[in-house]
Parts: sequence; structure tokens; C-alpha cells
Amino acid sequence: MNRRAPRWLLAVSGVVYAFLHLPLLILIVFSFNDSKFSVKWEGFTFRWYKRLLERPEILYGLKLSLLVGLTATLIATLLGTLLALALARHRFTGRRAIEAFLYLPIVTPEIVMGISLLILFVLLRLPLGFATITIAHVAFCISFVVLVVLARLQGMDQQLEEAAMTLGADEMATFWRITLPQLWPGIFAGALLAFTMSFDDFVITSFVSGSGSSTLPIVVYGMVRKTVEPSINAISTIILLVTALLIYLADRMVRRDAKGGSRGCDEAA
Amino acid sequence: MSISWRRRVVRWFSHPGSQAWTLLGPGMSWLIVFFLVPILIMLAYSFMPRGIYGGVDSGVTLEHYARFIDPLYLDVLQRTFLWSLACTVICLVLGYPVAYLIAGSGRWRHLLLLLVVLPFWTSFLVRTFALIFLLRDTGLINDWLLRLGLTHEPLIILYTPAAVMVGLVYGFLPLMILPVYASLEKLDASLLEAAEVLGARPSASFWRVTLPLSMPGVIAGSLLVFIPALGSFLTSDLLGGAKQMMIGNLVQNQFAAARNWPFGSAASFIVMVLVLVAVLIYLRIRGRGPAGTLP
Repeated sequence: MNRRAPRWLLAVSGVVYAFLHLPLLILIVFSFNDSKFSVKWEGFTFRWYKRLLERPEILYGLKLSLLVGLTATLIATLLGTLLALALARHRFTGRRAIEAFLYLPIVTPEIVMGISLLILFVLLRLPLGFATITIAHVAFCISFVVLVVLARLQGMDQQLEEAAMTLGADEMATFWRITLPQLWPGIFAGALLAFTMSFDDFVITSFVSGSGSSTLPIVVYGMVRKTVEPSINAISTIILLVTALLIYLADRMVRRDAKGGSRGCDEAA
Repeated sequence: MSISWRRRVVRWFSHPGSQAWTLLGPGMSWLIVFFLVPILIMLAYSFMPRGIYGGVDSGVTLEHYARFIDPLYLDVLQRTFLWSLACTVICLVLGYPVAYLIAGSGRWRHLLLLLVVLPFWTSFLVRTFALIFLLRDTGLINDWLLRLGLTHEPLIILYTPAAVMVGLVYGFLPLMILPVYASLEKLDASLLEAAEVLGARPSASFWRVTLPLSMPGVIAGSLLVFIPALGSFLTSDLLGGAKQMMIGNLVQNQFAAARNWPFGSAASFIVMVLVLVAVLIYLRIRGRGPAGTLP
């Protein structure tokens, strides 16, 4: 596949890329607009960002989102990495069934996960808040971590591990000194994705967070429902930049993986 | 007593099968308790009578599923299905050319892919707000239209089905581009050369070589768009103004406002079944040929 693109193809693609990115760019630009109601450009200002600091619910939401995100990422990354190791390095009965099961949370609509967890928490009489939000976030992050780490494991050169074993390293030493150092970028990329998803999640969180524990997306949703104001542009810009940075880093991790491992298909061109 | 117990532990860990289960244990337990069991409870709820204070009463009933014969709810189901389908078709028409361009773009390929992936991973809520900012009565698009004199009063775009469709396509387009790209990227270039040598015009070689060979990616992409569209809730809520419900809004309503949990569970289970059917179709097709990757 390497032929010159006809002009109409470039035009359609240009429109699609503009469609994907322009709304976000405009959103960012207008977070610096010095006017409360107008969509005309009235001059540059940081005042909407300063205004954010005066709103305790936003700061609280940000703090809770970070706390939930870090806790959920830690647990999901640990559990997901263990699952990926089992799937990549062990043969056991029911392996295919478990692999299929791990795809289920990815395809299950968020709204289904949200309400079913709400039912469970109410049945268990667990008070809705930090704990229930974190539990839910771990549940939808694990599978994504497994996918990313598994891809890394499958791209790794197993001969190194075999060589270590032949040279007399036991399983534990091989794991800590050969497997894990190579696996690190995969684990890190998985963790970044998990954090991004946790930090962004609105639908599931809206069901399992009680009234007193609103994460940042819940706060933003409340603002969007009420009115359109430049503060929303400002907080949206911050969320966008943070997630874009994390995804960029995760992508770099996975790319390094492709260069080092044997699946360097992206570099072929 | 304690010695034999310890020996049993050692034996357990030295057996390769049980080692695997030790690794699987924590993650699988989490997913069983906090993913599988809740969905099974939800399924059970959908067959139980509605309780007075929001929960359920004991007993078995089919009344919640029977309610979907009501034209009001049948309408919601039909709208959800048709809108998801329309969204899929639009994504295919817009996404295929982009995937084709990326596959043939040489060293720009990675940047172009990243630009597709990036908006997909950023907050759905923020992206939906970005559309509201553009589409509302006093939004940027209406401002331009008025200033250019194309209209004299603002067009009502927000809170219409068109706005919801824009939102759905905007949200799920990357899910079409990625698998189509994956299947085009794997395409054997020598087949296209052969077609050219044998005198096929570019359009003919596209319709008769490229397109058929990229079908696995097209099907994968279509299902990957269709599945989340079926379960979408935020888009129709914010861009449709909750005036024209999709099934996700119906579920949310039953849990938030109407407090009819069993009916909400039944609606939710219907979404789940539709999604699983789509997934099974996807797996069947993927099993047959060299398909695109599941992102």
C-alpha cells in the first residue's frame, strides 16, 4: 500500500481530521476569551482559570478524581499484569474461556456496568463514595491493562528467559531480572491508559458515586447541564491537556516496545 | 498437621497449572465479584416485581419485558437501533477514505494514527461539551451564519436528532478508522500491482481487490461503532436534550427518576443482549479470515 493519494481523498481526510480536532481547538481557544457570553473574540485572559480556583467543588472533584485514579490504577495494573502473565506464560484448562471473559468488560456498555454495580452496592449496603467509585473503576480498567501488557509479553523475545533458565536462574530470578525489566514499558502504558479512563469516566461513576462524592467529570457534567460558561472551557482544557499528555506518553511506551521487540511493523515504512 | 499443610502449599506452587491460577486468582475474583455477579443480579432483578421504595419484591414476573410491546418503548428500541445503524454507515463513509490515506502515507503514518487515537481517548464529556459550544443557538456556528447573512435567526441545531447524530459520529469515528486501517495495512501490495499490470484501472482495482480484501476491517469497524452506539447515553442526553430517548437514557431514567429498578434492569439487559449478539457476529467473522485487530 504505497501509492499517491488522489486529491479528493486528501480533501475528505482533511475534513474528517478537522471534524475530529477543530471543536476541541475552538473549545481551548475560547477558554482564554475575555467575555462571559459572547462567542466573539474580546481579548486574551486567564481569568476563567483563576475563577476555577475559587470554586471548592471543582478543587474537591479534582482531588477526588486524582485519588480514585491513582488507587484504581495501582490495583488494576497489578491485577491486570498478573492476569496477562498467566495468559502469556502458562498453559492451563479454560485459558481460552478466560481470555474471552476478559474481553467482556470492554464491550459491555458503561450504562449496564454502572447500574449493575449500583444494584450490588445497594444490596451489600455499601455507602456510595470513594470506595465504590474505586471498585468500579478497577473493574473496567483491568481488561485494558491485560490487553496492553499481553501485547508486550507476546512481542518479547522468550529466548532470553530460556537462556537465563539454562544458565541456572530459577523462575523467580528469571522473572525479576529478565522478564520484568523488559515488561516495564507495557505495564507503564497499561497504567497510563487505566488512569486516563478512570480520570475521564462519567457514566459509571455517575451511578456509583453518592451525592457527597463528585469526581471532576461529575462536577463538569453538572456545570454543562446548567449553562454554558467559559469556566467549563477552562476546566475542559485542563482535562484535555492532561489526558492528551498521558495518551501521548502511553503511545511512546508502546512504540518503544515495537522498536525493541520483534513486532516492528510500524517502523517498516 | 502443620507440616502436611505446608507441604501441600509447596506442592500447589510447584504445579504449573496451579501457578497460573495463583496469578489469575486476584484479577478473576475482582471481575467475578464486581462485574459478572452484578450483571447476574441485574438479570434476576429484571424478572422480579417492582418494590415500593425503589428496590424489588420477591416473585417472578415477565411484566417488565412485556412493557416493551408498548409503542412508547418500542419506539425507543427502534430509534436506538436505527440511529446506531445510521451512525455506523456515516462512520464507514467518512472513516474508510481516512484509513486508506493513512495506510498509504508512509512516514506520516504514525502521526496520522496518533491524531485519530488522541481525541478518542480524551474525555467523552469534554468532547460532547465542545459540540454544544459550537451547535447551540448562540454558539459559534450560528454566530458565523448570522454574520455572513446566511440566516436571519439562529438555526436550532442543538437538541435535535441531527445534533445527536453528529455527536455519535464524532464520538465513535476513530473506532471505524483503526480496524479498517489495520486490514488495509496488511494488504499485499503485489496484488494491486498485478491488477495494474493486467490492465485494471485504479477504480476497478479498488472495487475488485482492495475493498473485498479490507472487508474484515470494515466489518470489525462497523461492529465496534455499532456496539457502543447502542449503549450510548451521554450523547443523546446532552445533545438531544433528553427529548428523544435512546435506550441508555431509558435505563438511566428508570434508575434516577422513575425509581423502577426492575424495568430499568430489563431495558439494560436488552442492551446487553444486543451487544453480545453483535460481538458474537464479530467473532464469527474474525475467526474466518485475517481480520483487523481488536483495539
